[in-house]
Amino acid sequence: MPEASGVIHDIGYQRYNGPRLSRRYSTWSIYVHSLRSAFGLGRTAKAKVLPAGMFALACLASLIIVIVSSQLPEPILTYVGLVSTFTYAITAFAAIVAPELASRDLRNSLLPLYFSRPPHRTNYALAKFGALATAVFVMFAGPLLIMFIGLAFSSGGIGDVVVELVDLAPGITAALIHAIVIAAIALPLASLTGRRVFATGMIIAVFLLSAPISGALQSFSSGDAAYLAGLLNPVNLLNGVDEWLFGTTEDLTLIGRYGSIYGVAALLIAVLGITLLMWRYKKVKA
Amino acid sequence: MNLIETESLEKRYGGTVTALADLTVTIEPGIVGLVGANGAGKSTLIKLSLGLLEPTGGKIRVLGLDPLNDGDAVRARVGYMPEHDCLPPDVSAAEFVTHMARVSGLPPAAARERASETLRHVGLYEERYRQIGGYSTGMKQRVKLAQALVHDPELLLLDEPTNGLDPEGRRAMLTLVHRIGNEFGISVVVCSHLLGEIERICTSLVAIENGRLLRSASLSSMTQHSDILMIEVDDGEDALTQRLTGDGLAVRRKERILMVTLNGDDTFDTIRDAVADLDLSLHRLEQHRHQVADLFREEVSHA
Repeated sequence: MPEASGVIHDIGYQRYNGPRLSRRYSTWSIYVHSLRSAFGLGRTAKAKVLPAGMFALACLASLIIVIVSSQLPEPILTYVGLVSTFTYAITAFAAIVAPELASRDLRNSLLPLYFSRPPHRTNYALAKFGALATAVFVMFAGPLLIMFIGLAFSSGGIGDVVVELVDLAPGITAALIHAIVIAAIALPLASLTGRRVFATGMIIAVFLLSAPISGALQSFSSGDAAYLAGLLNPVNLLNGVDEWLFGTTEDLTLIGRYGSIYGVAALLIAVLGITLLMWRYKKVKA
Repeated sequence: MNLIETESLEKRYGGTVTALADLTVTIEPGIVGLVGANGAGKSTLIKLSLGLLEPTGGKIRVLGLDPLNDGDAVRARVGYMPEHDCLPPDVSAAEFVTHMARVSGLPPAAARERASETLRHVGLYEERYRQIGGYSTGMKQRVKLAQALVHDPELLLLDEPTNGLDPEGRRAMLTLVHRIGNEFGISVVVCSHLLGEIERICTSLVAIENGRLLRSASLSSMTQHSDILMIEVDDGEDALTQRLTGDGLAVRRKERILMVTLNGDDTFDTIRDAVADLDLSLHRLEQHRHQVADLFREEVSHA
């Protein structure tokens, strides 16, 4: 008689003798996991709705712009212009996603689990920052890509593709700058509280409530005061940087001859934000 | 190699609260129970071992390494299960434990494999694909244990693993810890404020109180010399105490019960003769299975 087949053996506990990778890999793992959870991947359908919906909306808006542009002799927006115009909407995305990355771990007391593993606290902070900046960049990159495909291939000539590619480069650069600065403002704010609602509120307050002040000063004052008023609001500041670097024609922010100040301010915010974030995670109780 | 060695270890919070004061202890491999009341400094000792906190004085070495200077090396070889809730509700246990394995440095495929294997070992099967938010407290404790075990550590630090569990859950958790120590061959330091609960599974015990070492010993050395006879008689305990002490036995009164240290079979004869001579009625003569808790109580009353 043959032996009974398909018997399940309890082979007991197996020790792990495989490789243990470096701290860089651990940090990369936190980055990938955070980036995925920014878009609700590996989570419930409910968690996917908001980020995926916002991404779809941004792409749809871009598609409409492309279609309208194709009917006109000149495109209604440049690539940099697209980044500038979309920035307000995308700060809302950051206001929702930053708490997802930072507040959620605080709320669920996950930090002791991370900090009792090889990555350092600064590795954790940088991985989270990288994930948010990447997520925000993706929100810009999607619409940019759609615009590029639409404009480059609508006329058919291979020369157009090259021309569009050259035009796309400043757009991508602007998107990178916007993503880094937005993340450097949103994430330190989110890391202050475990309550997602508060974090979102704080971020929206910083981005939106400063807008009317900055806007009013630009409109009602004259000369230097008007040119510097854009610094008071992160979005106006970013648009000022675009203006300074790429000389966009949208005139979203008046910068006058102070373009370099806008550039320095953006750089300072990025450095300060990342420093504060690292400092915050150095001090946070685990 | 010793699991944890401390020398005059001290930890103060904000200069006023002293969590640990002058703690010198050596914890050897095995299943070690770290006992003490709430606030005795157990969690602080665990966190100092992981380098999550910095000591304000003294030295600590874990697996022969300094958790502050060689923190990465220590943390790669140690698994930690915190006392409080530390799980995200909106991911599945499989996903979460896999992620934690990767943060510990396991390559993606190995992380996935070890995560499901470890979850199976702690007793989570098909449930592991469900969201953690829907788990019972017992299942959550198992996930917490799995994430501490997934990277196959040499030392497992468990902070109150039976917290919030019902008696059946406590028993199951302790059996699991016992298996980890014996079958898996991983050293375990398990914190508890319930001595009676963990003495069953431990090979040695460390008791701390108010941040100081109360006692540290292997369980066998604690119970070795501790065979005790309990004698209960009708009246005349004083006379009997005198007589037995006169016969050279160590006698201790505990209300109406006399506890006599057993020195071989002669002790029984001596007691029998003494009771007969004094014409007392003997109600009980019983060998007392020593509870470790008594030893600690003794220690305290002597101090």
